[in-house]
Amino acid sequence: MTTFEFAGSVLPRFLSATVITLELTAVGISGGLILGLLLGLTRVYAHRALSTVANVYIQFMRGTPLVIQVLVIYFGLPPYFHAMGLKPLNPLAAGCLAMALNSAAYQAEYIRGAIQAISSGQMQAARSMGMTKLQAVRHVILPQALRIVLPSWSNEVIYTLLYSSTVYFITLEDLSFASMKVAAKTGRALEAYVIAGVMYLVMVVFLSRLLAYAETRLRIPGLSLEERSR
Amino acid sequence: MAAAREKNLGNVILRVEGLHKRYGKDEVLKGVSFELRRGETKVVIGPSGTGKSTLLRCINQLSVPDQGRVWLEDIEITHARTNINHMRAQIGFVFQDFNLFSHLTALRNVSLGLVKVKRMRKEEALARARQELARVGLVAKADAYPAELSGGQKQRVSIARALAMDPKLILFDEPTSALDPELIGEVLEVMTHLAESGMTMIVVSHEMGFARAVADRIIFMEGGGILEEGTPAEMFTCPRCERTGQFLRKISELYGETENG
Repeated sequence: MTTFEFAGSVLPRFLSATVITLELTAVGISGGLILGLLLGLTRVYAHRALSTVANVYIQFMRGTPLVIQVLVIYFGLPPYFHAMGLKPLNPLAAGCLAMALNSAAYQAEYIRGAIQAISSGQMQAARSMGMTKLQAVRHVILPQALRIVLPSWSNEVIYTLLYSSTVYFITLEDLSFASMKVAAKTGRALEAYVIAGVMYLVMVVFLSRLLAYAETRLRIPGLSLEERSR
Repeated sequence: MAAAREKNLGNVILRVEGLHKRYGKDEVLKGVSFELRRGETKVVIGPSGTGKSTLLRCINQLSVPDQGRVWLEDIEITHARTNINHMRAQIGFVFQDFNLFSHLTALRNVSLGLVKVKRMRKEEALARARQELARVGLVAKADAYPAELSGGQKQRVSIARALAMDPKLILFDEPTSALDPELIGEVLEVMTHLAESGMTMIVVSHEMGFARAVADRIIFMEGGGILEEGTPAEMFTCPRCERTGQFLRKISELYGETENG
């Protein structure tokens, strides 16, 4: 079998594994964005005690490996789920949950940094015209913070895609795990891994382009970290 | 001549009573009291670090005073039960460094408060915002972002932003201090028109020419308190207080007289 024939024969399996990889990435990033926003806003605006709780969570998730987090969620928690009368999570749900909880911690830090990069005068101007703090955050602070955060957020998307391979520890067949299985079964390790690698690369390039396009579309004069530091 | 123009001032619109404010060990305001009448332009002068800006910020509660009370008409702003957002919507504030919303065009900067605070319909708000930009001579810049405007233009947009809310008075916190000298004139001109049109305003400023020509009354502050208050004629020709005269002479030595007369 030539390399091309080999590639053709494994493609269906790799593609369905890619769907798992993309699901993990999509849920991880979007779930992480929602939770990360809440955590980031809590860090900046909430009462000291609440902010500390958020900080402990963030430090904990950033200070432990994703593998351990995935293992805890999939193997460590089910007894407690059982005790609460809940069904244990299937591998995909556990993987998505772990990715989201982990990414949230990183995204929270990016968002906190972006909010703190915005001059305090913006909040004062909003409040001085009678906006509530919530309105000011929603209409003045966040639209700026999210634009400032976009470049680092793009990196987070790429990292999430690549680190999603960690779920192989809970027997979820994503693209990496699929390539391992194929390599073991056929003995054509180099080809299997290179094909998987190229598929990752294609996704990364596509996502980078997409995000770069979004950055250009959303760009506002005077509102990016580079322009600020000038 | 720099005599105060005869203007019919209305009732007291703002009353400030015994304001104290301390930052750490520093007592910035040591019991400031004054009254402002409808249509009055009051210019607050004095050396830097004497609490002029803090005074303005305590009026709209951007800084919460430690002691003292402020009334807007018959409502006490400083009362714990007063809805502060509702009060702030009636008091314009113009900042030294403009603080235009960086992510919005000039037009949207002016319309945002109308839509979000006054709950105006969007088209109506945009039309009103355009009018206010016209009033400060900046309709042509409606679609420019703050970073694309000069300092003077930014400050004019921020004045338009304050005006759009139909405030009962506007507080100006050193509105020309962050501007290049050649841009100061365009902002002072807008403010002069405003004062002449009967807007009630308190202006913290080092622009003595403006104070002399436009103020109805001038307050001289030093060391956290009001040393003297009077009409420009009183203050510039024969201040009762020696310290005021000393300050005015020093300022005019530094900057020269900026108007004829």
